[in-house]
Amino acid sequence: MRHLLDTDSLSREDAIRILDTAGQMAATQEREMRKLPTLRGRTVVNLFFEDSTRTRISFEAAAKRLSADVINFSAKGSSLSKGESLKDTALTLQAMGADAVVVRHWASGAAQRLAESGWMHGHVLNAGDGTHQHPTQALLDAFTMRRHLVGGGKDSGANGKALEGLTFAIVGDILHSRVAGSNIPLLRTLGANVVIVAPPTLLPYGMTDRSDIAVHYTLDEAIEAHDLDGIMMLRVQRERMTGGGSGFFPSPEEYTRLFGLDGERLRRLPDHAIVLHPGPMNRGLEISAEAADHPRSVIVEQVSNGVAVRMAALYLLLAGEEAAE
Amino acid sequence: MTGTVLGAPDMARALTRIAHEILERNEGHESLVILGIPTRGVPLAQRLAQRIAEVEPGFDAAANAGALDITMYRDDLHRQPTRAIGETTLPEAGIDDATIVLVDDVFHTGRTIRAALDAIKDLGRPRAVQLAVLVDRGHRELPIRADFVGKNLPTAKSERVDVHLEEIDGVDEVLISGAGFKDAASKDADAKDSGSTEGESA
Repeated sequence: MRHLLDTDSLSREDAIRILDTAGQMAATQEREMRKLPTLRGRTVVNLFFEDSTRTRISFEAAAKRLSADVINFSAKGSSLSKGESLKDTALTLQAMGADAVVVRHWASGAAQRLAESGWMHGHVLNAGDGTHQHPTQALLDAFTMRRHLVGGGKDSGANGKALEGLTFAIVGDILHSRVAGSNIPLLRTLGANVVIVAPPTLLPYGMTDRSDIAVHYTLDEAIEAHDLDGIMMLRVQRERMTGGGSGFFPSPEEYTRLFGLDGERLRRLPDHAIVLHPGPMNRGLEISAEAADHPRSVIVEQVSNGVAVRMAALYLLLAGEEAAE
Repeated sequence: MTGTVLGAPDMARALTRIAHEILERNEGHESLVILGIPTRGVPLAQRLAQRIAEVEPGFDAAANAGALDITMYRDDLHRQPTRAIGETTLPEAGIDDATIVLVDDVFHTGRTIRAALDAIKDLGRPRAVQLAVLVDRGHRELPIRADFVGKNLPTAKSERVDVHLEEIDGVDEVLISGAGFKDAASKDADAKDSGSTEGESA
């Protein structure tokens, strides 16, 4: 692996290797001494063209736990807000000797452009590009699912295994969600069944024609039709969704009624099913407080697993021998 | 020189002797922790712990044997393809004030042990660390020595030493090979293969 740009191009073998490595990384994070010397002397640049606190902090923590030097480069208050092009930024990073660049950009495909342009030699990790993909989020979701549903709560029990035969629902704005964009291919690669629940207006073109994905237009219908092992609630971007003639659904109240996860719906899922959310949550909109704080919710654990998964990705990209350039 | 250096009975005798030596040196089993370095150090550590328990019934072999993965502490990480990270398992009570006996299959350059000492430093503060190896093939690159040695095996740098264990390979034996290698080529081969077969890299 040279870059981590999307989950489409991730082989099953590579995906499982990342999850297994993340399991070992998670074990090191339970020790008193959590820092490892593995990436000493390497430089990781966090290049964020879009505001993001949790993803940036998670990558920063991961790089620092592996002893890499971290440089944060965010749009606000930097040359990026003065209109510098992606190319000039990349040349700057190359000149600074960045071994890896973690990039978050509002444009779909920005990470791939950076990786394939030849502007810089470092490894590129996509931390979210437009409405395209967010691969480390999908990997941490898969890691969390595997720990609970395959490993019986432990990573060691899940080592080397995929998510064969499990069924997961992804609920919400599939059209704009890069989390869904990465989760759907990864779950398929790992052998899981994918159920999509969304208003028709928030489905990408062609989704209903796919024979390997079940699509439902209400959450109740999906809960009836499938034995779900896990349910992933996506964030509703409130500002984008309603009002004027441009809304994707009539009102937040209607969205909650048809697609929101509350305690009552949660109790109709199988007993072992887990609840995921990439955060930040809109409590009362796509998920009720009862569901978010329920013992079967793994939302807080997703955050700590995010650090372990990002440590694994950085380790696998950066620790090996210098790739031929 | 090519062929089998140690067979199953030789290996069993060597491990039994090392178990006795460990007890003799430490005047008993008080606070002993036996840590194997993956891959083949781990089953060796378990066998040593069992033998110690046979001599001293007060020693809990299951609780005091473990594994210490050193991958993330290696000094040659970026000279080689990315390595898979192994599992580290320690006694419940941790390793503070314990006497740790590190166990590895082949003792070669000493770099693996250096990495292991760094890994231990991050895990706690043992009272002492000792080293037990099944085969010492020489060619040290660091000032490190073993406390307990199964067999001293003088080798040429170009030769290869392979340890096979029942638990992993289905048979107990130590093999030496490499007559056919030219020096430069085999040095390369040594470095590449050491992760899976030799347990110690060049």
